[in-house]
Amino acid sequence: MCGIIGFIDRTKSRMDGSSIKVALSLMNERGSGDGAGYAAYGIYPEYADYYALHVFFDNLAEPKKKVDELLQQWGEIVHQEEIPTTPQPGIRKVHIPWRYFFKPSKDLIAGRMNSENDVVTYIVMEVNANVKGATIFSSGKNMGVFKASGWPEDVANFYRIEDYKGYIWLAHNRYPTNSPGWWGGAHPFNLLNWSVVHNGEITSYGTNQRYVEGYGYKCTALTDTEVVAYLFDLLGRQHELSYEMVVRALAPPFWDDIDRMTAKEAELNKTIRLTYGSALMNGPFAIVVGTDNGIVGFTDRIKLRPLVVGENGSKLYISSEEAAIRTLDPEVKNIYTPRAGEPIIGRFIE
Amino acid sequence: MTLGSVPPKYKVSIDRDQCMDCGRCIENCSYGVYRREGDKILIESRKCTACLRCVAMCPRDAITLTEKPVDYRSHPVWTREAREDIINQARSGKIILSGMGNVRDLPIIYDRLLLDACQVTNPSIDPLREPMELRTYIGKKPKKLEFKKTESGDVELETKLAPNLKLDTPIMIGHMSFGAISLNSQLSMAKAVAKTGTYMGTGEGGLHKDLYPYQDHMIVQVASGRFGVNIDYLERGAAIEIKIGQGAKPGIGGHLPGEKVNEEVSKTRMIPLGSDAISPAPHHDIYSIEDLVQLIRSLKEATEWKKPVFVKIAAVHNVAPIAAGIARSSADAVVIDGFRGGTGAAPKVFRDHVGIPIEVAIASVDQKLREQGVRNEISIIASGGIRNSADLAKSIALGADAVYIGTAALVALGCRVCGNCYRNLCPWGIATQRPDLVSRLDPEAGAAQVSNLIHGWTLELSELMGAAGINSIESLRGNRDRLRGYMLDEGMLKILDVQPAGA
Repeated sequence: MCGIIGFIDRTKSRMDGSSIKVALSLMNERGSGDGAGYAAYGIYPEYADYYALHVFFDNLAEPKKKVDELLQQWGEIVHQEEIPTTPQPGIRKVHIPWRYFFKPSKDLIAGRMNSENDVVTYIVMEVNANVKGATIFSSGKNMGVFKASGWPEDVANFYRIEDYKGYIWLAHNRYPTNSPGWWGGAHPFNLLNWSVVHNGEITSYGTNQRYVEGYGYKCTALTDTEVVAYLFDLLGRQHELSYEMVVRALAPPFWDDIDRMTAKEAELNKTIRLTYGSALMNGPFAIVVGTDNGIVGFTDRIKLRPLVVGENGSKLYISSEEAAIRTLDPEVKNIYTPRAGEPIIGRFIE
Repeated sequence: MTLGSVPPKYKVSIDRDQCMDCGRCIENCSYGVYRREGDKILIESRKCTACLRCVAMCPRDAITLTEKPVDYRSHPVWTREAREDIINQARSGKIILSGMGNVRDLPIIYDRLLLDACQVTNPSIDPLREPMELRTYIGKKPKKLEFKKTESGDVELETKLAPNLKLDTPIMIGHMSFGAISLNSQLSMAKAVAKTGTYMGTGEGGLHKDLYPYQDHMIVQVASGRFGVNIDYLERGAAIEIKIGQGAKPGIGGHLPGEKVNEEVSKTRMIPLGSDAISPAPHHDIYSIEDLVQLIRSLKEATEWKKPVFVKIAAVHNVAPIAAGIARSSADAVVIDGFRGGTGAAPKVFRDHVGIPIEVAIASVDQKLREQGVRNEISIIASGGIRNSADLAKSIALGADAVYIGTAALVALGCRVCGNCYRNLCPWGIATQRPDLVSRLDPEAGAAQVSNLIHGWTLELSELMGAAGINSIESLRGNRDRLRGYMLDEGMLKILDVQPAGA
C-alpha cells in the first residue's frame, strides 16, 4: 500500500501546501496513520545558498550539543530554530523537529573533502549512525522534508504545511508492513536535494544496501526506501548519470528487449546492466524523486504498483491515484499511466 | 604380516531364490567382488566399494549391499576409521589416498540458512507467467559509466566492456580433467553445457580434439603442471583459468596416477605414456601476487586480451585478502573452492582437514571486496559441495555470481560417490580410462542427464527467486537480507552477515 504524490511547476511558480494535504488525505485508505510526510522545494528563498538541515532531536541537551559541534567542525550555522509546529490530537510528539541553515567552510574542508555536498553527506551519515537521539532527515538547499507518525492531515497541520510555498511538492501516506512506524521511517527520504517517496517494497534491498554502503552511505532508517535516495545520489551526483540513465540502471529493460534493440542501443543497455547490476531494484515499487531541477517518477519492471501521470500546462503530476491528481488540479489534462520502468521526468523550463 | 587384514566395510549378498545366474554382476564389477566357481557365483565383500553398479544392473533385484556393522570393540574416540587408518599406514608407511570430497560429519552451513518468500505485502512473481532473468555475465565490470560529449553536443557512452562470458544460468561445471575422468564423461558434460548455454572447465588435462566442437563453452585451465598448455589450447578456450588451489587439497599439487595415462591422455596432456602426472604444489613462476599478475597479463597478451582470465583458489583461512589481491591483479573472476570440493585423488588428511566451508568463504570474500571498493569489478564463482538448487540460491545470496558444480554433475552421469576415483576402475565409466569401462557411458545419454540436472536447478532457482519477489539474478546476488540463519552461532552469523531466523 502507501499513497504517493509528486508535483512540479516547470516555471517555478510556487504553490502552498494546502491542496497537497487534501489530495494526500484523499488516499487515506492507502495509509494506516503510522506515517505521512511532505517535501517542498523552493521554500527557503532567503536561505537558498545554505543547506537546510532538518533534525529530529530526542532532547535539546546532549544530542544537539553533538550535532552543533560536528557542524562547527565543518562550517558555519547561520541560523537555527525549532521548526514551527502546532500540537495535534492525532500526533504524539516524540521528537523535537529542528532546522539549521548551514554552510560548509572552504577553509575547513580544504584537503579533507572534495565538495560541500560530500561534507553534508558525511555529516548526515555520521549523525544518523553515531549520534544517539538525533536524526537528520532533510539536508538539501532551499527545500525541506516534514514528516512524522500520523495521518496526512494531522502531519500537515502539525507542521503548518499550508504556510510553505514550493514549486516541487512530494507527499506520502504510509502503510508500513515490514518496518517500524517511527518518525524517521516516514517518507520522504532525503539526502541533499534528493527526496524520495515510494509505494511498495524493495526485495533487492540487501543487494542495494551492500552496494551503497561500499560507497560510504549508511542505512539507518530501518526501512528499504532510504536506499533509493542514496542510489540517486551515487549514480546521479557522483557518477553524473542523467535521470534517464539512472532510471535505466534502477529499472532496466529485460534482456529479451535489449536483445531486440539496435546494436548501439543494446550495447548501452548491456553496459548499464553490467556496471550497475547491484543498483537494479526489484520488487513492487512506484517511486517519485525530487531533485535539483525537477522530478522523476518510475515503477518497477513489471509494474506491481500503480502510478498515474497528469499534465496541465507547466504543471506535471504523478500519483498513485488519478483522483488525487484531480483533487490537486480539477482542470488537469492528459492523464495517462506510464509503462513499467518508463521514466517520467518533469524539468524546469530554462 | 602380524597386523592381519581389516574387516570388510560392506556386506554383499545375493538372494539365491531371485538370482537367475546371468552373471551380469560379474561383468559389471570392475573391483572383482564376484567370480564364478562351477555353477555358483561367489562373493568377496572385502573388495566392494559400494559403487552400486551390480545392484543397478541386476535384472532380478537379487543383490543386497549393506554397510557391515563394526567388528571392533566400540569406542567413541578410537573409531573404526581412526584404527583402520593406523593399521593401513603401519602396513604401508605411505600417505593415505582418497577420492571425492570431505567425508567428515561437519555441520553443513547451507542447511542452516533459510531462504525468504513473499507474503501479501510484496507479491511473489510467477516464473510461468512473468519474465525471470538468470542471465549472468562473468568477467570484469566497469566501476562507473563514462560518457563523452560529441561535437554536435550529444552525449555518447565511452565505457567499453571487457570480454565477459555470457551464461544463460548461473551454473557452470567445474574443472575435471581428461585423465581424472573419461573422455565420454567430458563429452557428456560438454554437450550439456552447450545445450544449456553455460560453460565447463577442462581441468589440468588439456583439450582433447573431440571436444573442439564445444570449445566455445570450455574454460581452459592452466595449472602448476602446465599439462596440455600451448597457444592453440589457450586460443580455443572461451576463458582461461589459472588454478592455484583446489578445495579438496589446498596447498598441494595434483596427482594423476600413471595407470590412467593411456595414449590419448598422454597426447592431450603432452606427457609420456604411463607416467604419473604430478603437478607441483606451487606454480614455479608464481611466488607472489606480482608474479600472478604477470602470468595473468601474459595469458591475456597471448590471446590478444580477448578472453577473461579467472584465478581459482582453495577456501582457506586467509581467503578474503588473497581474493582481494587477485581482484586487483587484472583477473576477471576469482573462483573459490570450499573444503567439500571433490577430487580424483587427494591425501585423505588434506581432503578431510584442510580448508574452510565455501559458505563462509563466499561471505568473507564478498565483504572484503566491498570494503576495498572492487566487488563490482570482478566476478566470484563459488564451488565445493553445492548439492542442489537451494545451495545454489544461497551461494548467490551470500555473494557469488555463479557456481561450479562437480560431484553433482558426476552423480547426474551415474556416479554413486564411492570415492575410489583414483583407482582407474570406475565401473560407471566416469573416473577411468579403461576402454571397456569408458564405453559403458554413452555421451548422448550422459549429456541428456546433465542438461536435465542444470535445467531442473535453473527452474527451481527461478521459482525460489520468484517466491522472494525477485525477477533478475542481479538482485539476488549478495542479498543477505533474503537469508536467515537457523541454529548458527553469533560468530558465524556475523561472518555471514545474516540475521537469525525470526529477526
